[in-house]
Amino acid sequence: MTASGSAGSGVPHLDVDPFDMTFFADPYPAHELLREAGPVVYLDKWKVYGVARYAEVHAVLNDPATFCSSRGVGLSDFKKETPWRPPSLILEADAPAHTRTRAVLSKVLSPTVMKQVRDRFAAAAEERVDALLDKRSFDAITDLAEAYPLSIFPDALGLKAEGREHLIPYASVVFNAFGPPNQLRQEAIERSMPHQAYVAEQCQRENLTPGGFGACIHAQVDEGAITPTEAPLLVRSLLSAGLDTTVNGIGAAVYCLARFPDQWQRLREDLSLARGAFEEAVRFESPVQTFFRTTTREVELSGAKIGEGEKVLMFLAAANRDPRRWDDPDRYDITRRTSGHVGFGSGIHMCVGQLVARLEGEVMLTALARRIAKIEITGEPKRRFNNTLRGLDSLPVTITPA
Amino acid sequence: MPAIIFIHADGKPDRVETSGGESAMQAATRHGVEGILAECGGNAMCATCHVYVDESWLARLPAMADDEDALLDGTAAERRPNSRLSCQITVTSELDGLVLRLPERQI
Repeated sequence: MTASGSAGSGVPHLDVDPFDMTFFADPYPAHELLREAGPVVYLDKWKVYGVARYAEVHAVLNDPATFCSSRGVGLSDFKKETPWRPPSLILEADAPAHTRTRAVLSKVLSPTVMKQVRDRFAAAAEERVDALLDKRSFDAITDLAEAYPLSIFPDALGLKAEGREHLIPYASVVFNAFGPPNQLRQEAIERSMPHQAYVAEQCQRENLTPGGFGACIHAQVDEGAITPTEAPLLVRSLLSAGLDTTVNGIGAAVYCLARFPDQWQRLREDLSLARGAFEEAVRFESPVQTFFRTTTREVELSGAKIGEGEKVLMFLAAANRDPRRWDDPDRYDITRRTSGHVGFGSGIHMCVGQLVARLEGEVMLTALARRIAKIEITGEPKRRFNNTLRGLDSLPVTITPA
Repeated sequence: MPAIIFIHADGKPDRVETSGGESAMQAATRHGVEGILAECGGNAMCATCHVYVDESWLARLPAMADDEDALLDGTAAERRPNSRLSCQITVTSELDGLVLRLPERQI
């Protein structure tokens, strides 16, 4: 892993492979190398530009006309390759097409709607903690970080009881597919047929419970906001992006609080810090590590010239620990002012489900901190490898009741 | 540079110097003003930089867009006729001395 001088354009070329198992195992030295090599770098392995500093990541995210999403937010360029599934009408769309679909999802997942589901989400978190207190020793990923969102989100969306085991594997395919054609991506797509079939079926209007997020999206057809063929694809966006990400977010928060007992104590002393503790975990661990954009024209970014039709990889995780932007960035500090972190992105494509994620994180951490005195890691945490998501496969813990 | 005055829920004022072209929310977070959370970082998605605009300034503010209006329905503290999201108020020289009152809570 080296920086091998710079090409004619002044952009340093690096032989870092950000989709390699050794990178995933410990991305931090590579993140530093990427940030320090220059504001814009070129990754020879996949022939893409990269930005890892906060300023450039933020700039790319906030210039969607130059750095578009409609040519795919993974390595695959939809102008040159057929996407593995029909493109998302929101994630893989530009304005003005994006504006309309985005407004529909914003409405379905608005602060007002969050107020309505808050008590239900909080009660489910309490129930989860009851179950964990009975066990005392458990896997914080399967029994907590997965079990909790699975106990509320599919119901909130309005899914049938059958087949929910497809949800996390489906999301895993989606996030692996943003990566390059490596083994992770190939295998995920090869095994995706049953998950794709399940998801396509659940997105249909007749399969969604009245009152849920899914039904609310379909109701927008009656308002004339979207067409009947668009609605199922927007429901699909919630199924793709709404579960595995919160699993990784809650997993990240528990992993942080277990590793940094002083922060856990602070949280126990002041439960109003729960929301901040979750947010800081999203900054610190960045469950969504990267996204691509594609240039729509020749552009100069921080002195680097990038041609039209080039893929630009944004290292969200590296930006979230850029010392140019954050004091003591490698410290998990639940009182940090995290506003402006790019763990949920930024700009018009910023995570539309961020309020759901924060609500889940906040009520879960509140319930844990209220009733548990200590969380101890009792075995080696195992990492889950994915081209886009960073999280654990298992985290054995023992808890002490308060 | 224009300054704005945030008045906390307990009545304590906080005078904040803004820098060119920034929003009231950005000025507040840059100065660590408690009571402005700004979870979404200024992307008009979260309704956690809610403020009550001093009546005498209300008419001088830029008009409210539809998305801001919709978000204000979801604020944690009560929405009032003078409620705005501070991320949508760009501080120009005409707004020097703007008075914004902070609600009791943002979440």
